[in-house]
Amino acid sequence: MTITHRLSLPALAVLLIASAIAAVTFGPADITPGEVWLAIAHHLGIFPESPVSRLRDAIVWELRLPRVLTALGVGAGLALSGAVMQALTRNPLADPYLLGLSSGAALGAVLFLLLGLTLLMPLGAFFGSLGALALALLIAQLLGGATPSRAILAGISIAALASAATSFLIFWSATGDSYREILSWLMGSLSGSTWSDAGLVCLALAACLPIILANGRALDAFAFGDTAAASLGIDVPRLRWTLLGATALLTGIMVAIGGAIGFVGLVVPHAVRLAVGSAHRKLLPHVLLAGAIFMLWTDTAARTLFDPRELPVGIITALIGAPVFLAVLLRYRRIT
Amino acid sequence: MSLSVTALSVEKSGTAILSDVGFSAPPRRITGLIGPNGAGKSTLLSALLGLLPANGHIAFEGYDLPRLNRRDRARLLALVEQSAATEERLSVRDVVALGRIPYEAAWQSEPSPEDDTIIDKALSDTGTTGFASRRFTTLSGGEQQRVHVARALAQQPRLLLLDEPTSHLDIRAQLQLLALLRQKAGAGMTILVALHDLNLAVRFCDHLVVLANGRVAAQGSPAEILTPELLRSVYGVSARLVSDTTNGRPLIVYDEAIAEGDAQIPD
Repeated sequence: MTITHRLSLPALAVLLIASAIAAVTFGPADITPGEVWLAIAHHLGIFPESPVSRLRDAIVWELRLPRVLTALGVGAGLALSGAVMQALTRNPLADPYLLGLSSGAALGAVLFLLLGLTLLMPLGAFFGSLGALALALLIAQLLGGATPSRAILAGISIAALASAATSFLIFWSATGDSYREILSWLMGSLSGSTWSDAGLVCLALAACLPIILANGRALDAFAFGDTAAASLGIDVPRLRWTLLGATALLTGIMVAIGGAIGFVGLVVPHAVRLAVGSAHRKLLPHVLLAGAIFMLWTDTAARTLFDPRELPVGIITALIGAPVFLAVLLRYRRIT
Repeated sequence: MSLSVTALSVEKSGTAILSDVGFSAPPRRITGLIGPNGAGKSTLLSALLGLLPANGHIAFEGYDLPRLNRRDRARLLALVEQSAATEERLSVRDVVALGRIPYEAAWQSEPSPEDDTIIDKALSDTGTTGFASRRFTTLSGGEQQRVHVARALAQQPRLLLLDEPTSHLDIRAQLQLLALLRQKAGAGMTILVALHDLNLAVRFCDHLVVLANGRVAAQGSPAEILTPELLRSVYGVSARLVSDTTNGRPLIVYDEAIAEGDAQIPD
């Protein structure tokens, strides 16, 4: 409506690109933005000979760029999942992590890994998140309707169960380095992201984005509940299962790549809602870009703050997210 | 062309909620749906909206309602619930604009100029233009309910269904809302409203349908059908009907609840 609202999306897009370039330059080896452009241009075939040294080119192209792209995609996917779940379940506390989807996805991923189905691991994560989602909805239903706090309690019990099962599997099968690596992944970490990780994340987003964005207006119809949505001509059960399926897929893939990174789906949509309001056609694209930027900077902080040691990024998102969770809880205390 | 319902029955997990319900609601009139709690009023409205599986026939203005697709049905029928709340940050205008959803194209990003005109009209018809830019959650119950009616009007329905829309309102807001419905009926809309307050129903409705235990116990004009015997058998109360000299309609004066065993509830 106002000029600021019309410009907010392009502004976020510019911020995203600038952040990505800046993030690639951050790290133990000093690389300038110019070198980043030159390396990218070289790999896109503009310069046949690399204008930067082979080592610096490899740092940009093999290490930092795939990681930055993965972080952008994971952040976008998790934030979008949170926004969709909050609208569909009319639950301001809904988040893939808090409802147990992430833990379910982690269990599915670890199970497939141990069964030797390494390549199908993202599929295992998808099944895990879908199973956790179905279980959370079932438990909330058994409790007599999914109020926000009931859904969260159901999520907690599922997360506890799935985490225990995951820990049990790891305890009996993993040793030494792989143990450490799996634990770090479980806490949520994007370290060691490759081009194929970035590709998978982008593929999942490409599959789910059109479905989610096309239903933005239908999500608005849920503001006053299922009956109100149905009376506006929305096919409520079909839309609910389609969109929850899409969020389970997004969460599953993001967890397969980055582990259980929590609270992104809670922090980003609430912050964006304060800025642009609740209308989903406007909210969802902003959440997409803001989620990507948020994840990029938290991940950049995770890998540079305590250099040379790297922090699992899930610790940072939890440090930011837990207070936000409490704030949301207080703000909506009437309905939870 | 009226709303005509024949042999409508609804079951929920094996129990009959509505059995063989048949009635008609005359066009351009307010029909009141009355009956005690649990009589099936809300279920009936849901069935008319196609929100739950039902057997029977529902015809309105030549349309076979259950056969219409959702979008077409939402252009013909609108619903106002008892009290629908939200936690979303929506302005009053945003809420009214929801009524345009059944008309919007899939990728339409903002209301069209035509939509805006219809939204403006719905706001002014309901006297809510003054707070169009306020946050919905900051309004009083009566104001919120008027905004819900405005949203329903933005759907440009031919048939407006309301489920106990006055339950949470003070008496002034109740009278304002029902006067608004009168005006809309006068302008050509067919209205079916479930009401708790029998005196309001008598005062504002042209036609009444009385539900008891999922069946139609009586239907007709208020003066015809409301008798002490009906109130006794349907509501389990002893009551008198006195004539209101100002408008000739009966006024119900309640005396007492009848002890459980003495009430004759029809099956």
